[in-house]
Amino acid sequence: MANRTPDAAGPSAADADRLASPGDRPAGRATLRRGFAVLGVAIREQPLIFVVSTLGSLLFGALTVADAWVLGWATNKVIVPSFDARQAKTVLLVAVVALFVAVAMLRAVGIVGRRLGAGIMQYRMQATYRRRVTRQYLRLPLSWHHRHPTGQLLSNANADVEAAWAPIAPLPMAVGVIAMLVVAVAAMATADLVLTIVGLLVFPAVFAVNLAYQRLQSPLVTRAQALRAEVSEVAHESFDGALVVKTLGREEEETIRFARKANELRDANIAVGRIRGLFDPVVEALPSLGVLVVLLAGVHRLQAGQTDEGAVVQVAYLFTIVSFPIRAFGWLLGEFPRSVVGWDRVNHVLQATGQTTYGSHTLEGVTGPARLQLESLWFSYDRQPVLQDLSFTVDPGRTVAVVGSTAAGKTTLMTLLTRLVDPDQGRVLLDGVDLRVLAPGVLAGSVALVPQQTFLFDDSVRDNVTLGFDHDDQEIWAALEVAQAADFVRRLPEGLDSLLGERGASLSGGQRQRLALARALVRRPRLLIMDDATSAVDPEVEARILTALRAATASGSCTVLVVAHRLATIALADEVLYLEQGRIADRGPHDALVTRSSGYRDLVTAYARENERRAAGRAGARDLADEEDVVV
Amino acid sequence: MSTMSSGQQASAVGTLRRGFQLSPELVEGVKVTLLLGAVSTIGRIVVPVAVQQTIDRGLNASGGPDTGVVWQMVVVATVAIAVTAACAAVMNVRLFTSSERGLATLRIKAFRHVHDLPVLTQNTERRGALVSRVTSDVDQVSLFLQFGGIISVVSIGQIAIATVVMAIYSWQLTIVVWLCFSPLFLSLRYFQSRMTVAYANVRRLVGEMLSAISEPVVGAAVVRAHAIEGRTQSRIDAAIDRHRDAMTKAQGLVAVTFSMGGLAAGLANAGVIVVGVLLGVDGQITMGKVLAFAFLVTLFVGPVQMGTQVLTDAQNAIASWRRVIGILDTPADVVDPGDDGVGLPRGPVGVEFDGVSYAYPGGPLVLRDVSLRVAPRARIAVVGETGSGKTTFAKLLTRLMDPTHGRVLIDGHDLRDIGFSSLRQRVVMVPQDGYLFDATLRENIAYGRPGAGTGEIAEAAVELGLGDWLAGLPAGLETPVGQRGESLSSGERQLVALVRAYLADPDLLVLDEATSAVDPAIEVRINRALERLLAGRTAVAIAHRLSTAEAADEVLVFDDGRLVQRGRHRDLVRAEGVYSRLHASWAAQQGSD
Repeated sequence: MANRTPDAAGPSAADADRLASPGDRPAGRATLRRGFAVLGVAIREQPLIFVVSTLGSLLFGALTVADAWVLGWATNKVIVPSFDARQAKTVLLVAVVALFVAVAMLRAVGIVGRRLGAGIMQYRMQATYRRRVTRQYLRLPLSWHHRHPTGQLLSNANADVEAAWAPIAPLPMAVGVIAMLVVAVAAMATADLVLTIVGLLVFPAVFAVNLAYQRLQSPLVTRAQALRAEVSEVAHESFDGALVVKTLGREEEETIRFARKANELRDANIAVGRIRGLFDPVVEALPSLGVLVVLLAGVHRLQAGQTDEGAVVQVAYLFTIVSFPIRAFGWLLGEFPRSVVGWDRVNHVLQATGQTTYGSHTLEGVTGPARLQLESLWFSYDRQPVLQDLSFTVDPGRTVAVVGSTAAGKTTLMTLLTRLVDPDQGRVLLDGVDLRVLAPGVLAGSVALVPQQTFLFDDSVRDNVTLGFDHDDQEIWAALEVAQAADFVRRLPEGLDSLLGERGASLSGGQRQRLALARALVRRPRLLIMDDATSAVDPEVEARILTALRAATASGSCTVLVVAHRLATIALADEVLYLEQGRIADRGPHDALVTRSSGYRDLVTAYARENERRAAGRAGARDLADEEDVVV
Repeated sequence: MSTMSSGQQASAVGTLRRGFQLSPELVEGVKVTLLLGAVSTIGRIVVPVAVQQTIDRGLNASGGPDTGVVWQMVVVATVAIAVTAACAAVMNVRLFTSSERGLATLRIKAFRHVHDLPVLTQNTERRGALVSRVTSDVDQVSLFLQFGGIISVVSIGQIAIATVVMAIYSWQLTIVVWLCFSPLFLSLRYFQSRMTVAYANVRRLVGEMLSAISEPVVGAAVVRAHAIEGRTQSRIDAAIDRHRDAMTKAQGLVAVTFSMGGLAAGLANAGVIVVGVLLGVDGQITMGKVLAFAFLVTLFVGPVQMGTQVLTDAQNAIASWRRVIGILDTPADVVDPGDDGVGLPRGPVGVEFDGVSYAYPGGPLVLRDVSLRVAPRARIAVVGETGSGKTTFAKLLTRLMDPTHGRVLIDGHDLRDIGFSSLRQRVVMVPQDGYLFDATLRENIAYGRPGAGTGEIAEAAVELGLGDWLAGLPAGLETPVGQRGESLSSGERQLVALVRAYLADPDLLVLDEATSAVDPAIEVRINRALERLLAGRTAVAIAHRLSTAEAADEVLVFDDGRLVQRGRHRDLVRAEGVYSRLHASWAAQQGSD
């Protein structure tokens, strides 16, 4: 799994630096420290709501005490006198009801403040980090995306963000009970300092148990969270390739593949649960044991005459109160290992470097068809050269066909021209300006790419064409007409507003390609790049598209670069650029290339020659198995 | 388009019952777990009592503090604490184990079923939402089962015990307590139904959020090429915010419901004292009983609060559970007859379409009353304009879908009666988009026939005339293809898909534009190789490039969902009709003939 890629080690913000401690990860102390640091981030980012929820928690705590006080008051002032006098005073009974209800209502306010506050804080932090993570997805280059499986990125934005901010839910309660703890300990100390100190020995014990928990839990949770992402990866990939799975009848094997990961996750979660399941009862038991120690120490101090019974009883009772804050803190700390792991995984995305940098050039005042220039362009993929020393110029208004065998580097070239990737060496110039110094959005404003593989958004036809830019219906229909998509769009139940996607129409591959073409045309690009963009369209429709396209660009309004195999498409071009293994093997008009380049000739006339061969075969020749010299 | 059931109509109890039925591991050994829960619950009561006794009988003993009694009681209490903790720990571990096992089973069942759903083969968008059903939805259920499930059972037990004890002390005051809590219990149903809606909304929005997030990940190239980062981000932001708002709304309901419990407790305390005093004045109850009762109420309030809390948490889990169950309850569009199915012997396949029509759910007919026979060993080309029904024909032939009317038969058997294990072995389709998995080339090809050796794979490639191409790859068969095969060009992906299908060794090979992205020279070479290699098998090729049609034994011409022409290329090309027109455009493009 490409989880830890080199770019994760890039420079990081000071904040993140402090929080990241790859070296001492396994140590429980580090997890505790980092867990608090992650919470610190949340408190710094949402101080107000944190204060509100903590106040709610304090109010709740105070009124819980008040409740006991009211009960005591009612016992002494109402119940006892009434039973003694065999007479109930209505005023007092009303007062009892009023006091209890008032306390209960205030406490309800405290509960709502604490719970809703904690919820709002948690959901805001989740939303904030989901926004940041997805902004990063949009910013990072394609090469980064290629290294990170979709399922993993979905998991980063979902399960990992959730894990990172899980401790916010018990946070206000934990902070609120600190007050309870302080008051209780202070009361204990005034009763009997020595017993208090004996009892407080429980705290180092609780701390030690916590450290052990964090230390044991961290690696297990790290693994569980990584497996969560892997389960998501397998599911995503398997659903993505569903057609292949189905056509080859491999559902069972896919299920086994998924089950393997799901079961690994199950075992990892059980391992995590085992530790958590032991930790909770121990944390709960420790304060009770503390009470017993206090009682033992108390009875010895009593016999030695160092204290009185009242003090021992008071310390013991106060200690039972203390057990609740300790448990509440346990809930908070219990979330830390998962939180820290989630935070790390989210930060892996947030700190990834290599985003495309932009300049500020806006190509202002440049109108009309674009001039495209390549200067000794080199590009390699996985250290395998894909494009080697490419230099050429396309003059404004010209149409150039890029021809080459499968894997000659045509698509790579198209991605360089649209700056989906940057070259290793050399430059691409649009109207004399290096693509890398253009301001964001400027390139897309001038250049439109129709890719080989169509990606449609889960949205209406209209939005899939306009992509949210401002185009009126007339422009949209005009683009659809040229792309030969107008007819089938008109036949859709709601025309332009028909939805595509899960709840929408299902389109054929050819129809999808035509929408993608319309998407490019509607923007009136100054440079149109088509990467075998009509491969799924039948010849008749393709012919119509090409004719319409020729009419639309005939005025020289647009420079066109088209990857093509078919002669009809090539015939559109003023000039052909013939690629062989990442180099320009030849360029010139089609007629010239056919005569002087044997590789080119073999490629583009393959069908015609095959036809002739068949015709010859039908005419009598029987050499079906005759192996011909087709150069690839 | 068939929409997936969200299962919202199922009641909470129905959902739970179905959930337990789907994951039997959840209830395995639950009696022991409950017993452990009961013991640890009792232990939690024993410990304070022991402390109380230590104080009363040890510290405050009539003859002064009695160290012996204190020690005895401390030992007893320590044992009680240890037993309580041990029981709780074992119970927790059992809970984690059974819930994780049960949910892994549920996850896997749901995953398996997704592969049978039409949405996968008919659409390519929104996979993110489907993924969420086997990931985050299942996670939500586990959170509830591990922390809430047992607490709810224990709480109900505690409420029952507290009620009985209270009734022993005073039935009148018990009624008062129940009356004070009855508004809570009654309104709980109302709040619960609102929370059900709120959490169903939350879970739906999680799915939509993941869908939105997956768009710029899967469509990264499109987003960048069109510089629509801003718009994409605002779509994602909107989905994230909708989810956040829905969560906040649900949490508001939870907070209000939970605070209602506190209100009821306050009322109950007041009610007990007021009624207790009034009864006492009448001489119907002693003061001691009233005071004791005031403490008993806390035993009642605690579990009620806990139970309310769990009930609210449960809504989120049940909403998630419903979504996962919703997948399993969405009927598969194409059902494997399984062991009841016919298994066909290997050999050339004959195909028959008998009055076949097809319409996508809610859509118009895309294939109308097609009847035809294809003889075994025939080489058929299917042509027609985009949207003429060619791909539908291929999908029906390979049983990716079942016809709306009519029957598709191979070797005289209705496809619906043939076991998948037999069908998928004999009939293989190569779709236009040769999807590859993020693995090596070898693993992707071997996907067609698991267990195929490297030698066989290389041989298959060479037989298809792709030896040169393979040799030219940096690491040959061990070349990693990247996600979705994106490290390869789309032409290369098609080549891999083709070798993969060839290696699967089917008796009927259906090619749906399987070479649309490869260059003409390779295509011609592949077609020639296939002609040789597929001798003795049946082949159906859907093609735009009419060179394929020219080589076929027979051409089927589709137009607007109907089979309008069939025959040999040389006859059809001369006849007036769709084919001659298609061929004319093709020929014009080739600049030949």
